[in-house]
Amino acid sequence: MPSRIVAFNLNGRDVEVMVKPLTTLQTVLREHLHLTATKSGCRQGGCGTCTVLVNGEPMLSCLLPVEDIAGQKVVTLEGITPIEGLHPIQQAFFDNYAIQCGYCSPGVIMVIKALLDRNPNPTRQEIMDAIAGNVCRCTGYEPILRAAEDAARRLQSA
Amino acid sequence: MSEVASEVIREMKREFKVVGKSVPRRDGIGHVTGKTVYVDDISFPGMLHLKMVRSPIHHGIIRNVDFSEAEKVPGFVRVLTHRDVPKNIYTILCLIGVGPDEEPVLAVDRVLYKGEPIAAIVAETEEAAMEAVSRVKLDLEELPAVFDVEEALKPDAPILKPWGTNYFIYEGHHCRRVRFGDVEKGFAQADYIIEEVYNTSPIEHAPTETTACVAKPEPDGRYTVYTNTQALFFTMDNTALILQVPFSKLHFVGGTVGGGFGGKVDVITEPIATLAAMKTGRPVKFKYTREEEMRVSSTRSAWRMYFKDGVMKDGRIIARKVISYADSGAYNRHTPYAVTKHAANIAGPYTIPNVYIDAYCVYTNRQPASAMRGFGVTPASFAVECQMDKIAETIGMDPWEIRFINAYRNGDMRPHQKVVEDATLIEVMKAAAELVGHKLPEHLLKMHSWDREKA
Ligand code: FES
Ligand code: FES
Repeated sequence: MPSRIVAFNLNGRDVEVMVKPLTTLQTVLREHLHLTATKSGCRQGGCGTCTVLVNGEPMLSCLLPVEDIAGQKVVTLEGITPIEGLHPIQQAFFDNYAIQCGYCSPGVIMVIKALLDRNPNPTRQEIMDAIAGNVCRCTGYEPILRAAEDAARRLQSA
Repeated sequence: MSEVASEVIREMKREFKVVGKSVPRRDGIGHVTGKTVYVDDISFPGMLHLKMVRSPIHHGIIRNVDFSEAEKVPGFVRVLTHRDVPKNIYTILCLIGVGPDEEPVLAVDRVLYKGEPIAAIVAETEEAAMEAVSRVKLDLEELPAVFDVEEALKPDAPILKPWGTNYFIYEGHHCRRVRFGDVEKGFAQADYIIEEVYNTSPIEHAPTETTACVAKPEPDGRYTVYTNTQALFFTMDNTALILQVPFSKLHFVGGTVGGGFGGKVDVITEPIATLAAMKTGRPVKFKYTREEEMRVSSTRSAWRMYFKDGVMKDGRIIARKVISYADSGAYNRHTPYAVTKHAANIAGPYTIPNVYIDAYCVYTNRQPASAMRGFGVTPASFAVECQMDKIAETIGMDPWEIRFINAYRNGDMRPHQKVVEDATLIEVMKAAAELVGHKLPEHLLKMHSWDREKA
């Protein structure tokens, strides 16, 4: 089947990519656009490392054919990282040591971003539910929960 | 207070710049911004992808491999078989002074586990490489397989190793042995004989980032290898030996590992990816799929441990006999070394005057086991501590008490002929009791590791 052009908004910028049918958003981000903050732990929906925001909702980019999000708004970790310094969620993750090998961090941070945008003051249980699809194999879940709570505080006082 | 003790306490109260402080992580900013570069984030123009043709059976003879259909796949570049590998043998054991090495880089005429690599296919894209792999026709003759360590040691078991046994030979012996005192005499004197068998399962490390490398030819004739190995120089040495090139031909770049836990020390992707880069003159990426990571990457070995302890009414363990079997899977990797560590530790951090240990490194048709967090020792600790609880329960003693009574102290002789120095078991147990809010009786609190109380 021939390739076709798909246009969408990525981190506030309109982009067009030429893709074969069923090419995933993950492949487009990582291999076509060389935006590698979005990770690739399993490519089968099992790890959460590829999470991005589509219209503000966390989605697994490895399961998402890019054609399905034509014309929509995609935000990746690159999109929330300021030129200088860190986003308050990133700062909270850094300060609370919620990172070990760091491979799960981009996905987890995007999930927390979506959660706090929707629910600025989540309970611990709500945070746990939000990250239920994110595997941290270094098992740093406790610091991740602390970082998310800290991020909520920072964003509210900002 | 003795002068030594007050010196220790002074030292403990000293303020340091880093020790005892939380310091910001050097790599933390990269991790939270996604700017840290992991191996799979690296790509080069013209980069090829490598995928393995793997055995679909647990044990068999390779009669023929037909690549003719695979070669027709658009994007196919070339195939590598055992004939292309200069020294077709992993050299992990010879580099840690154990040996013999027996695992081929690519299978020659026999496969010993499901998933064993038979040939490598290099293609323009990952999809093309996978497609070509799926079109390779394997003609294999299936042989009986064995999956249990004790089954593997029975006389009628299929023999997996060229030296004619399903166990590793330690200096002429069928297992790693420890002999200390006289266990039979100990059992004869004991008030109780307490026996149990402990089993542990294989465990997959399952790092979130799968095993991967990129090998790139450089204009000066060298090869740069970007890898997520946990053992950079060890891997470089292995690669140089397998490819029969001087170390100076290789430049290994690593240090960023998306989770390893021991699962990334086996030197599995780098030699073949570098060979592919040599044969094609182009950068080559070899990244495990999640399925490969789970199915064929090494695991922690499974163990079976038979305990027989002779115990006195007052709680002293006076004899311990352990027969243990490690399931190395189809090949050695790091298991012979794990078994040696196991034999040195299976008596536990306890002083027992009579000890007898036989620890076997056994081959089966499972995927090879290898390193993982304290490999050899962690399963031993699991068994030993379950056994301590069982002893406490059997003789009706408090589980803390039984451990304090038997804890090793400075100056004690270990069964493998090492004198204990810097023991801290008693101190650690006291600290642990405090942390969990358990009140220890006075006579235990008075004990310490640096001497024995007078009887
Ligand atoms: S890579 Fe998408 S869920 Fe694992
Ligand atoms: S920090 Fe390693 S997987 Fe979470």
